[in-house]
Order: sequence, then structure tokens, then C-alpha cells
Amino acid sequence: MAEVKVTPRPLSPHLQVYRWTWTMAMSVFHRVTGTGLYIGIALFAIWLVALAAGPQTFDAVQWFFGSPIGLLILFGYTWVLMHHMLGGVRHLVWDTGRGMEPGERMNMARFTLIGSITLTVAIWLVAFLLF
Amino acid sequence: MAQFQLPKNSRYTEGKSWPKPANSNHVQEFRIYRWNPDDGAKPKIDTYYVDRDDCGPMVLDALIWIKNNVDPTLTFRRSCREGICGSCAMNIMGENTLACTLGIDDCKADSVKIYPLPHTPVLKDLVPDLTTFFAQHASIEPWLKTETPQPEKEWRQTPEERSKLDGLYECILCACCSTSCPSYWWNGERFLGPAALLQAYRWLIDSRDEGTGERLDNLHDPFRLYRCHTIMNCANTCPKGLNPAKAIAEIKKMMVARTI
Repeated sequence: MAEVKVTPRPLSPHLQVYRWTWTMAMSVFHRVTGTGLYIGIALFAIWLVALAAGPQTFDAVQWFFGSPIGLLILFGYTWVLMHHMLGGVRHLVWDTGRGMEPGERMNMARFTLIGSITLTVAIWLVAFLLF
Repeated sequence: MAQFQLPKNSRYTEGKSWPKPANSNHVQEFRIYRWNPDDGAKPKIDTYYVDRDDCGPMVLDALIWIKNNVDPTLTFRRSCREGICGSCAMNIMGENTLACTLGIDDCKADSVKIYPLPHTPVLKDLVPDLTTFFAQHASIEPWLKTETPQPEKEWRQTPEERSKLDGLYECILCACCSTSCPSYWWNGERFLGPAALLQAYRWLIDSRDEGTGERLDNLHDPFRLYRCHTIMNCANTCPKGLNPAKAIAEIKKMMVARTI
């Protein structure tokens, strides 16, 4: 019998060609911000360790967190936290089977981003005005 | 682990540009994925020009026009041309849909881009291998399961009970939803995917079916059901306007309800 040579089939393009939707993008953001929280919690740990290590170390860490770069990192961390929280709320609502109709699901995804930015800015405004 | 990049043999390059129709002042450009198992070459994107004055309004009409007038080797599935057979499902302008129900004008594009359904093994050009997809549908046992003795006539159902099947029975198994789902892309062998799960719910919610417990047992698995992360591409893309994401959420609710 003649040998049959089978050409391995290519895999059709997926991420390369698929058009992004709000719900898809926010799902990715939820994963990314979730990972960001792991890294972010290290900031808090560093601060606590510095607190235990004594005034000199603490001052150095305080200085870094108060510097423009430090503030920028903390601002970013606040957004990551807010975004992941609102994403969690969105998923909680969806788990009940609500908010899944065409317009609703897109608006909920959009609201996650708009809400997280608004909350982050509000938190920092309050922080700067009060302290 | 998810493989975001295409394997080496699947990366596509620029292909052939086919001649424009002569004497036409209403030309639409199409960029179409080509792969031929017989020539040993990698996938390519060919460019075609369709004479809109000589061609029907739908994307499928354009594909048939190309096959008849430009390139008879262009390969795709089609049958009913009215959105009921599900054969001509493909990725058009980045979204999965039926070529027969999408108007060329509705693409609103200088160049209409067409690929096979995403993340599927390609048999040829726009024809994907859907063997796994159909096996998954079979695995949810899409038929009426009963214990009680067969009634003399039909199994009765009230209009209210029947209405619960609306939005579920209309599925034509075109595979647009499952192949739009990133979770299905990364775990398509273990996650059943939106189409099979919508059908699973269609039988779970059927008042005449008596296999509910058994059906839920079969779905109680970290992958089969719970790989759905509510990305909602399925519901966004379904050419019949159905909502597999919601059906899956309802199954998850049934899972919780039976344990409390």
C-alpha cells in the first residue's frame, strides 16, 4: 500500500484576528489586575517590614513612597485594586444570571473601567485635600 | 498554559492578489485566508476583487461569486443560504458569524477580511475541522431522558414550560460561539464550550426530561462547565442572537441550588 502523507493542519488565527469587545477586554483586565494585586501587596509588606526594622529604614521607605515615582506606583496600585474590586462585583452580579442582556453586559463592562478610574481619582483627591 | 501565538506552521503571510474585474466601477475588496493541504505551503491571505453590480448582497454571495468568476479553488462550506444550516460560519471582520446573513454593506469596510472559525484545525481554506465540537455536543446527551413509563400519546408540556426552551432550541450548532471563546481556545479539549453547554441547559430546563441529576453530575467538573469565565464573546457573536453565557450562568445556579 502506498504511504499516505498527512500534512499537519494549521491552527486558524484567533487572538490575532478577533475583534476586541468590552466584555472580552474587561475579562483580561480582571486577570491582569488580579495578578497586579499580588505584586501590590508586596508594597504593603515592605512598608510593614520597614516599620518593624526601625526608624531609619522606615524613613527611607516613607521617603520613597512619598516621592513622585512612589506616589505614581501607589496611584497605579489604587486603580488596580478598585478595578479588580468592581470587576468582582460585576462577576457577582453575572453569577446571579442578571445583567447579561446585550446592552446591559456592555454597559457593565464599560462601567467597570469608568468606575475604577473615577473611584481612584476620588480617593486621591480626598487624600490630598485632607492630608 | 495558553498558547497565545500561532504555531510556526500556522503563521500566515501575504498571498496572491487576483485580477480586478474588467469594466466595473463598483468593486469591493476581499482579503481571504487560504491554505491548501496539498501544496505544502503555509497559510496565505489572498486578495480578491468582486464586482458588486454582478453579485448578491451577502458575504456568501461574494464568496460564491469569487468561486464562480475568479478562483474555483476557493473552498468553503455553505448550504441553505438563509441562516438555518450553520455551514457558512466563519470569522468576518474579526467576528464569527454566518456569511449568508451578513450583508457586504454591513461590513462597512474598504477590505472585507475573512478567516476560518478561530483556533480550529483547518482542513482547507475556510473549512475548519469541527470533530471535537460535535463530539462535545454528543457528550451532553442531547435527547429526552425519562424514567416514567411512556405515555400513550405525547409527553405533555404547558405553554409556560415550553416557553423555557425559547432562546435555547433555536441553536443551529454553527460553532460561532464556541470558537469565539478564549476559554475554549485555551482549553477546548476539556471545556465543553458555550454551544454544548447551551444545549446541556436546553435539556436540563426541559420539564419532560428526568435526567437532571445525572446531567448535572456529568457537568460537575472544573473544566467541562467551570472554565466559563463570563467573557461573553459567545453571546456577543451568536448569529441567532442567543445567549449561551446566560444559559451557563443558569447551569451554575442549578449546581448551587442542588447542594443547599
